[in-house]
Amino acid sequence: MNKILKQTLLASAAFGLVSAAHAETELVVVSWGGAYTASQQKAYHEPYMAANPDIKIINDDSANEALSKLRAMQEAGNVTWDLVDVVASAAITACDEGLAIEINHDKDLAKAPDGTLASADFGDLIVSPCFIPQIVYSTTFGYRTDKVGDNPPTSINDVFDLKKYPGKRALEKRPINNLEWALLADGVAVGDVYAELGTEAGVKRALKKLDTIKDQVIWWEKGAQTPQLLADGEVVMGSTYNGRLFSAIVEEKQPIAMLWDWQAFDLDGWIVPKGGKNEAAVMKYLKFATDTQHLADQAKYISYGPARKSSAPLVGKHAKLGIAMAPHMPTDPKNAKNTLIYDYEFWADNKDDLTEQFNAWLAQ
Amino acid sequence: MSQTLVTVDGVPLKVSLARAQRRGKLKAIGLVVPLFLFILVTFFVPILDMLFRSVENQLVGEVMHRTVPLLNNWDEQSGELPSEEVFAALAEDFIEANETKLGGRVGRRLNYEKPGFSGLFRKTTRKAGSLEAPYQQSFIDINQKWGDVENWKIFKRESAPYTISYYLAAVDLGYGETGEIVRNKDDRRIYLKLFWRTVWMSSLITVICLFLAYPIAYLLSALPTRKSNLLIILVLLPFWTSLLVRTTAWIALLQQEGVINDLIVWLGFVADDNRLSMIHNRTGTIIAMVHILLPFMVLPLYSVMKTIPPSYMKAAKSLGATPFTAFVRIYMPNTVAGIGAGAILVFILSIGYYITPALVGGQSGTLISNFIAFHMSSSLNWGLAAALGAILLAIVLILYFLYDRIVGIDNMKLG
Repeated sequence: MNKILKQTLLASAAFGLVSAAHAETELVVVSWGGAYTASQQKAYHEPYMAANPDIKIINDDSANEALSKLRAMQEAGNVTWDLVDVVASAAITACDEGLAIEINHDKDLAKAPDGTLASADFGDLIVSPCFIPQIVYSTTFGYRTDKVGDNPPTSINDVFDLKKYPGKRALEKRPINNLEWALLADGVAVGDVYAELGTEAGVKRALKKLDTIKDQVIWWEKGAQTPQLLADGEVVMGSTYNGRLFSAIVEEKQPIAMLWDWQAFDLDGWIVPKGGKNEAAVMKYLKFATDTQHLADQAKYISYGPARKSSAPLVGKHAKLGIAMAPHMPTDPKNAKNTLIYDYEFWADNKDDLTEQFNAWLAQ
Repeated sequence: MSQTLVTVDGVPLKVSLARAQRRGKLKAIGLVVPLFLFILVTFFVPILDMLFRSVENQLVGEVMHRTVPLLNNWDEQSGELPSEEVFAALAEDFIEANETKLGGRVGRRLNYEKPGFSGLFRKTTRKAGSLEAPYQQSFIDINQKWGDVENWKIFKRESAPYTISYYLAAVDLGYGETGEIVRNKDDRRIYLKLFWRTVWMSSLITVICLFLAYPIAYLLSALPTRKSNLLIILVLLPFWTSLLVRTTAWIALLQQEGVINDLIVWLGFVADDNRLSMIHNRTGTIIAMVHILLPFMVLPLYSVMKTIPPSYMKAAKSLGATPFTAFVRIYMPNTVAGIGAGAILVFILSIGYYITPALVGGQSGTLISNFIAFHMSSSLNWGLAAALGAILLAIVLILYFLYDRIVGIDNMKLG
């Protein structure tokens, strides 16, 4: 009995060794799914797998719950993810919580074609030592062109103007961006927004401004909701990620237009989970996927701006539609007249507190 | 001396019998063990873990293991900063935290109590290398928050291995200036309101389900089997459809540009610019949840009604009861077991419901479970999520206990 068991074990171990020699390394890459993962698949994963046949990249669409799942995996001592796509503020949290490893950006990532070091090429977009920026996106407004007459909205004030533009608005169910926009529409200069939000009175002022439209707001939690609400005619305008609006306007030809005024810039990028099993393979992949050319390639499939300065001139045309992508980028000078820069330090400290106040305000 | 009875093998009969009985018992236990282990691992252990998490607070004391014991000697009422010795220990702890990368976690933990700690710990950890004697001044140079006695009070309070802060936060309480427990300010109270909303909305949904399901179940039980089977499929069909699909279908039906609004505008009941808001609010949540939970009420009712002989009602009528009296005095008391089972099922399911309110709840239809989910996945405040969950569990257990007292749990029939 024991002998048989031993033989079986040996045999299976030997088989395991043989198959390991042939097997490919599987990298589990976590991202947002939908059009976004598709753009990464085309721009990064497919070329990398073609060049490295021993690597197989598996997509997992749970970026929405990345932090909680990562923490659960770490507590269980079994981290099955190799690379995770998160927004910058989540990367800061992950770094604070010890869920991600710190990156040496100059050593681990490729230089720009002209020899500029990665840290200089990404510049101040490296908001956390664990974070490898990938795209610049913005949260901004879209409106129904057929419901605003001949006088389309041009400024953030119009979002708060129910007389001029009656109808519902879609806003994200969180304080971030909404409080800033409320203060801007209430006449606070952009340089003073975060100082104002740092005071109790400032938060009250922002919520009071939001009060003026509160009963006309549909609060969304997933980025896909606003384009749907706009397409259904449920709302006359709404905030969402600019790439979602691009798809609705250009690819699906909905009667929607962009209102870029005070678009809120944010970043999305990679973190490498601490305790991942294929760290070396992942770092090799990262060097490839975040170089100047590949970051620029992603913009062929989705209208988010590449995070490297050196990638900007390489942004070309949409892979299917053949239109120039530059005018649809949040970073295009025409769109970026008024931009709100997300204050990561401020929100890392105040997110919990202001979210609580915001939720209490919502429940009133 | 009496002779011991022995079996053919020469073993005393007593021993042999005991052995056989033991074997039988072991077999019986062996059959139950898998289920027992399964329930233990997937049900009791997670609940215990959750209860533990709602008070557990080891992190601060573990990471700041040099500072915290010294801090216990510091008199927080003195109004003075802790001694230089404490600051020196803090410096050593921060240098270690810079290695272990745990400083940020402590900062985030303390940030739940007061905004600003997160950034303070992140910056201080990063600059830990530059700390030097005199340490107090060195810390204050990095950030003047280290010179604020209030911050030290919070640090000391939350360095104990167990805390009640999560429970306080979960019932809208907090600490006042001198460390006493006070109610949160008006514009921060939220959880009690949501607990109350969750309980009454669940009750309302249960009552609506009961009133809708009762006639359906009666019809099902009264019809001949061939017809009732067809109708049961109609009840079960939505039951088998994905939850998300059903919820999304309600959005398409109820939204302002949706089917129902289009219909009543076309019929002329409301003006085109005055369409009804039936979704993304409380109404939408109740409608969608009633629809989703209805089968849980219909099926237990049906199974109970099926067992009531029609002759009971005939007998009541023949003795002179009006149909109403016969129903109230004969039929309904016979269905109490089904009502109890259905009501408990629907109520307990709806009190923890989360996807439907998240999708169609808007601001007035969100329930406490949405906040538990938020603290689990988004704010990563698992302690608060656990405290909210534990309170919800307690509410359910209390209601269950009351139910047992009033109706009696033996009176329940699930099918």
